[in-house]
Amino acid sequence: MSELTVTLLRYGFLLLVWILVISTVSALRRDLVVGQRNKTGTPTPRQARKHPELVEEPAPSRPQARRLVVTEGPLTGTTLDLAASPILLGRAQEATLVLEDDYASGRHARLFPQGSRWFIEDLGSTNGTYLAGNQLTRALPVDPGVPIRIGKTVIELRP
Amino acid sequence: MSDVLTVPRSRRNVEAALLLLAFAVAVGANFVAGLEREEPFNDYFWRQASTLVGMGILVHLILRIRAKYADPVILPIVIALNGIGLAMIHRLDLPRMENPDFVPVAPQQLTWTAVAIVAASVLLIFLRDHRILRRFTYISLIVSAILLLLPLTPLGLEINGARIWINVGFGTFQPGEVAKITLAIFFAGYLSTNRDLILLAGKKLGPLQLPRFKDLAPMIAAWLVSIGVLILQRDLGSSILFFGLFMAMIYVATSRVSWVLIGLAMIGVGAFIALELFSHVALRFDSWLNAFDPEVYNRAPGGSQQVVQGLFGLANGGLAGTGFGQGRPDLVTYANSDMIIAALGEELGMIGVFAIILLYILLVSRGFRAALGTKDGFGKLLACGLSFTIALQCFVVIGGITRLIPLTGLTTPFMSAGGSSLLANWIIVALLLLISETARRPVRTAAPSEPAAVLSASGRGALPRRPKEGSR
Repeated sequence: MSELTVTLLRYGFLLLVWILVISTVSALRRDLVVGQRNKTGTPTPRQARKHPELVEEPAPSRPQARRLVVTEGPLTGTTLDLAASPILLGRAQEATLVLEDDYASGRHARLFPQGSRWFIEDLGSTNGTYLAGNQLTRALPVDPGVPIRIGKTVIELRP
Repeated sequence: MSDVLTVPRSRRNVEAALLLLAFAVAVGANFVAGLEREEPFNDYFWRQASTLVGMGILVHLILRIRAKYADPVILPIVIALNGIGLAMIHRLDLPRMENPDFVPVAPQQLTWTAVAIVAASVLLIFLRDHRILRRFTYISLIVSAILLLLPLTPLGLEINGARIWINVGFGTFQPGEVAKITLAIFFAGYLSTNRDLILLAGKKLGPLQLPRFKDLAPMIAAWLVSIGVLILQRDLGSSILFFGLFMAMIYVATSRVSWVLIGLAMIGVGAFIALELFSHVALRFDSWLNAFDPEVYNRAPGGSQQVVQGLFGLANGGLAGTGFGQGRPDLVTYANSDMIIAALGEELGMIGVFAIILLYILLVSRGFRAALGTKDGFGKLLACGLSFTIALQCFVVIGGITRLIPLTGLTTPFMSAGGSSLLANWIIVALLLLISETARRPVRTAAPSEPAAVLSASGRGALPRRPKEGSR
């Protein structure tokens, strides 16, 4: 085999390996986009400074609930930091907040996050769950500062 | 451990396209490697090409059916690396073919490749979800212990001073390679369960939060395992690998710098003891620091000839290399296993070796990407740990060859001659593919998945409870 062919094959192989590397990286390009933030057409920070009218007004955000506070009842003063996981309220030992309240059921109610809000749902309790004085019949969103009554216990979400 | 959103797209066609390129690299490497010394398109060439291509297509088809959303670049990268490794091993066989007693290594390696890929495929077919492995947390600890102790039983074989092989009739097997997977499963299961406890308890000392002494127990166990491997089996490489794996996983789980500092201190103590007590470790250090000393170079056991010959090879290769099949990498001892990167560096040059290192970096980064994307803590830790083992192995091997750190006997993943390493790494690939598939798969059910609740409560009489495992 001529020297030229051998040299061509030698460099051709190196080129081939690099083509593989580069096409792998370019196949990943789309995957490097995180979430929806990098959508094309969104004005860059620089464009936004020059043309403030391009920037959409951010939706008015309601304060995010971060803590759960017991305001009335035997557990008054207890606080619980809210994470992204649902909270079970009741007398049962497996509840997240164990209510020492004779008027509460074992598995009384459930607080759960959905989107940016927290919802409360009655789990078929004997004495019912009251959101701002009204008995719950279905899952309803809870805004910070609105009292939730379970038996003698009243809890509130706080930002 | 944050979550990153992924675009739900199966991307199997991208994989098919990249796989074609990878086949071209693998088969091309084999073709170019044999140009000088044998006739092109001989029997072995066709055997190797058809095995790799067939097996690659098999895994691709399995992924299409079983794990549609798995990462599209892992398989092509691994096929390319495996193919380049096979070509280099075959090329290193050729100069020794004249010796009638010589048994060529490449056909064995090819058989092991097929076995490894079949094992990975079986895993992909039968293990639907990596979370099932969490049930085997403590079983895998026991399995790891058994695997690590096997070489010390009468089954064990001692080769070149290290007792890490066992005899399995038709050949030798290195149980430690499989033990790194079972250890990763154990650490992932243990740390994902006890993470909160380890995180919250402990005293504060300045900016560091020190762990409680009883939480240190698994770390001490990991340290003992590494030291035990070092003393009883005289294998520095595996010992670094096991301890590094544990350190990486505990850092990922807790993001506490104090753990890393404690671990480094323990490594320091271990290294000092090993240096003082064991001549083979001291010799390794000596031949690292004074490699070019003629006395060290010529020393019969534990000399620096291997490293220095590798360095000469790399220097001979230069930027573009001598070309596949045109250098003399066969002058280096263990050119086809420990020193395969030096052989590739001689014949493909810096340009080629950098491409290979980039392929490894891409592979490891895809593993970490799968860890970021998956929702469960066990999967995150497992993917991190497994990709970290690949990264650490590459670092230890390439660092040893380039004399950045002392040379230790670890294998280069997917390339070195050695069946157990190949098998273990292909199983790791199957696990990473499975984890990446759960990370990228769109969620079909409307029910929100419940991550382990991280709640803290204060105030009198509060008894905050976490929902039980079974109630999910």
